[in-house]
Formats: sequence, C-alpha cells, structure tokens
Amino acid sequence: MSAVEITNISKAFNLGSSNQVDALTDINLSIASGEFVSLIGPSGCGKSTLLRLIANLIEPTSGNLVVNGKSAKQARLDQDYGMAFQQSGLFEWRTVAKNIELPLELKGWDKAKRQERALEMLELVKLSDFANHYPWQLSGGMQQRVAIARALAVHPSLLLMDEPFGALDEMTREHMQSELLSICRASGTTVVFVTHSIPEAVYLSNRVVVMSPRPGRVTEIVDVSIEGERNDATRDNAAFFKGITAVREALRGVEMSDHVRGIEDR
Amino acid sequence: MSSRSSSVVRSVLPPAFFGVAFVAVWELVVKGFNLKPYFLAPPSKIWQKFTENFDLVWGAAKVSGANALIGLLLGAIFGMAMSFVLSRFKFLNNLITPLAIALNAIPIFVLVAVLNNMFAITSEVPRRVMVTLVVYFIVLVNVAKGLTQVSPTHVELMKSYAASDTEILRKVRIPNAVPYLFTALKISAPASVITAFVSEYFGGSQNGLGSRITSNIANSKNAVAWAYVLGACLLGLTFYVISSLLEGVATPGGRAKRTREGR
Repeated sequence: MSAVEITNISKAFNLGSSNQVDALTDINLSIASGEFVSLIGPSGCGKSTLLRLIANLIEPTSGNLVVNGKSAKQARLDQDYGMAFQQSGLFEWRTVAKNIELPLELKGWDKAKRQERALEMLELVKLSDFANHYPWQLSGGMQQRVAIARALAVHPSLLLMDEPFGALDEMTREHMQSELLSICRASGTTVVFVTHSIPEAVYLSNRVVVMSPRPGRVTEIVDVSIEGERNDATRDNAAFFKGITAVREALRGVEMSDHVRGIEDR
Repeated sequence: MSSRSSSVVRSVLPPAFFGVAFVAVWELVVKGFNLKPYFLAPPSKIWQKFTENFDLVWGAAKVSGANALIGLLLGAIFGMAMSFVLSRFKFLNNLITPLAIALNAIPIFVLVAVLNNMFAITSEVPRRVMVTLVVYFIVLVNVAKGLTQVSPTHVELMKSYAASDTEILRKVRIPNAVPYLFTALKISAPASVITAFVSEYFGGSQNGLGSRITSNIANSKNAVAWAYVLGACLLGLTFYVISSLLEGVATPGGRAKRTREGR
C-alpha cells in the first residue's frame, strides 16, 4: 500500500484575486510505504506547500490526496504522521520530556504511559540524560533531536520534515542525517523530507523529487540507487556522486533565469 | 551554589556600595555647606524622624499600600479578562484598542478629581479605581500580546496534533503569555504605589503617605516629609520585589530563559 497518494493536486493562494499565486499545479506523486522521498527545488517551487498539504495544515484547491489509505484530514485527526520543522518548535516552558509528551497528552494517554514513551524516545535520540532540562539549555542540534523524538513519539508510520537540519552546522547536520536514517530503518517509517541541499537529499532518499517554481510543479523524479546500508562511507561512494550529478542536472533544467537560487550546492 | 552566591555578591555589592556612598556624600554636603534644614535635610535627621515617627509612617504606608494592592489586583484581573476577550474576538481588538489609547492619552490623574466628586469625601474608592485603571492598561496590552504573538511553528505543530482551539489556548497561548503577565506586573507594581500616592494629592482623607508628605512640607517639617518619602520608597520597592519573586516562582527556567531566548 502506498503511504501517500497525490493525484492532480493544485494549490493557489488568494484564489481569484489579482495577486493570485499558483503555488502548485497538477502534482502527481505516489510514495510507497517505508520509502524516503526528498522534495528539492529553488525557493518558491512549492515544496513546503506540498508538505503542508500532505499534513492537511492547508487544503488543496483541487485534486485528490490520500494518506495512509484515508483522507489527509482524517490522517491528521488520527495523528498518523509526525512533523518536524526547521525551527525545532520546542515549547520553552516545558522540559525536554514534557515536550515529547505533548502529542501523547493530546491523544489522551495517561501519565505513566506518556512518561514511559518519552523516555523510550529520548533513548532513541541519545538524550536520556536531558529529560528534565529545558530546551534553552540544549544546543541547536540537541534541540532538533528532541523535535524529531517528539515527531516520532506517537510511533507514526509517516514522518513529514521541512528542512529539519537547515539551521544546523555541516558536521552536526551529517551526523543527524545518519541518525535519522538509522531511526527510520529501525522503525520502517515513511519519510517525506523537504530540503535545499543536494547531498542531503541524495544521501537520505530512495527518490528525489525535483520541483520548479511559477507555477510549482514536479519536473523530474531521480531514483537514487546506492547499494547496501547508508553510512558515512556512502558519502565517498561513486553511486552517491552519480546521484548528486543527476539531481544537479535535473535542477539545471529548472528555469535558467533564476536557476538554483536557494540551493546549497554542497 | 558557590558560583551563584558569588554572582549575587557581584550584582548586589556595587549598587549597595553606590547607595551608601550617595547617602554619605549627601550627609557631608548638607553638613559641609551648612545647608538650612528647610532646603535639604541630612540623611541622619531623616532617619531619626523615620524611627521617631515609625508608627505614623507605617500607618500611612498601610493606607496607601492597601489602595495600591487592591487596585493592582483588580486591574490585573480585569486586564487579564479583557485580554482573553480581545484575543478571542479580533474585531473587538480593532474596536477597543484605539479607545484604550485615547483614554490613556488623558492626563490620567485628572480623573481622580472627577472620581472624588462621585464618592464621599472620605472614600478610598476613587484612589483604588485610579490604580485599577493604570494597572488595567499595562496588563491588558502585555497579556494580549502574549496571547496572540505565539510562534507560528507552535500553532502548526498543534494543528498537526489535531488540537482544538481550546487546547491551543491552554497549551500554547496561556503559557506563552505568562512571562508577559509578569513583565506587566513588574511594571504595574511600582506604578500602582505611585498612583496611590499621587491620587492622594487631589483631596480626600489625609491618611496616606502622599498626603502626609504634602502636609508636612506645607508645615515646613522637611525632615518628617522626607521620612514619609523614605516610607514611600520602601513600599514601592516591596511591591517590586514581591512581583519579581513571584515571577521566579511562576516561570520555570525563570530569568535565564529570557537572556537565552535569542538562539
């Protein structure tokens, strides 16, 4: 079964007014269960909009969207997915553990069960010693790990991430990428991942969806075939470089007038 | 804890030293230049009058303090209630904010004179209403800001958790507004004391610190007036310290949070 089924989705903001923006037109994309898919493209190509549509934070103008075999809205109400943003979005008045417990609170879990799950998630992101710290006592990378732990707390089958490592330095970023992969491998989670970085997209993904702006659309879907388990050695792998080249070529095709603006080519 | 106590010493010692030095210079100037007591009283004399008249100062402080406290509490309650209403109904915000600004532009103490006419001459109500009004606006503006200016990421997250508006209010907006409330209270606490004093200048019972200061100056009892001023300072300071301590108790992570918020 596919985790996300996107059929002829379009999204326009300020529909019908003079400053109407066609954020997305006629998007078709099918994401298989357990797959890791990245959305990449220059600023304004609608990749974050697409992610928010899947999350049902906004409604499409037209088209059909199925998440986990149900409507996107039902999937949101059932908390079928977890979400993480570029800003960790931790609640500064809650401790690390209480932050992770928040989605469980809203699901109506009792206290003991919540605490048990929070500890389990903290172990997963290797922050068990920081359960009772406040977010501001943690480094940026640690905060982002807490945010990921929180997104995974309900054990969702789908993880939606909007440039979650965008604000991190390169070293932390690569480390976090490897951690994310091993977490997803262990849990079989499907991931839709928005990024600006070509190497990040290639390293993480089974498929990289290349998008272009005005109006936002999918120009190409690049299959990344890297043999075996991905780890730091993968970054020196010929297949990895081949993937990077393929994505870069696809992005070059994207409107030369302001090509690859907003793309970090590193 | 030793690093913490040393930081307390570092933050307390300089102002304490400055305060002592200031009083010493004051004393020396008055004595050295042989200033007349009606011009400026020396601190030693003020202290003497303060201890001599302590019961009177204390009694007056209780009257002004009670007015300030009652006004502060009522203003805070009304301000908070109104900020909830405003943040819930955006159109009311557009309706009331200009009105609030206009009302705030009135030299507010003239209202005391008006209020005095409405109540019995010995009534403390006009003064309390005055304090309530001043505190009300400070609390309203700040808490409304805290309730509405929440991080968009937090709101999106809550929506992704299928949270209702009530849950967003309880788990995001209210906790977000708590530091704003205490900022408002820290501004309001001394302001309420000052308002209570100044309100006494517009007639009514001559029982509070403000009216005692004016009547003693009128009688050329300068040092005694200064003793009441000292009482007024201590009362304002007490209000500030209490609101400051409450903030530390009510906001987890407390002060350190604010200084690190930039990250």
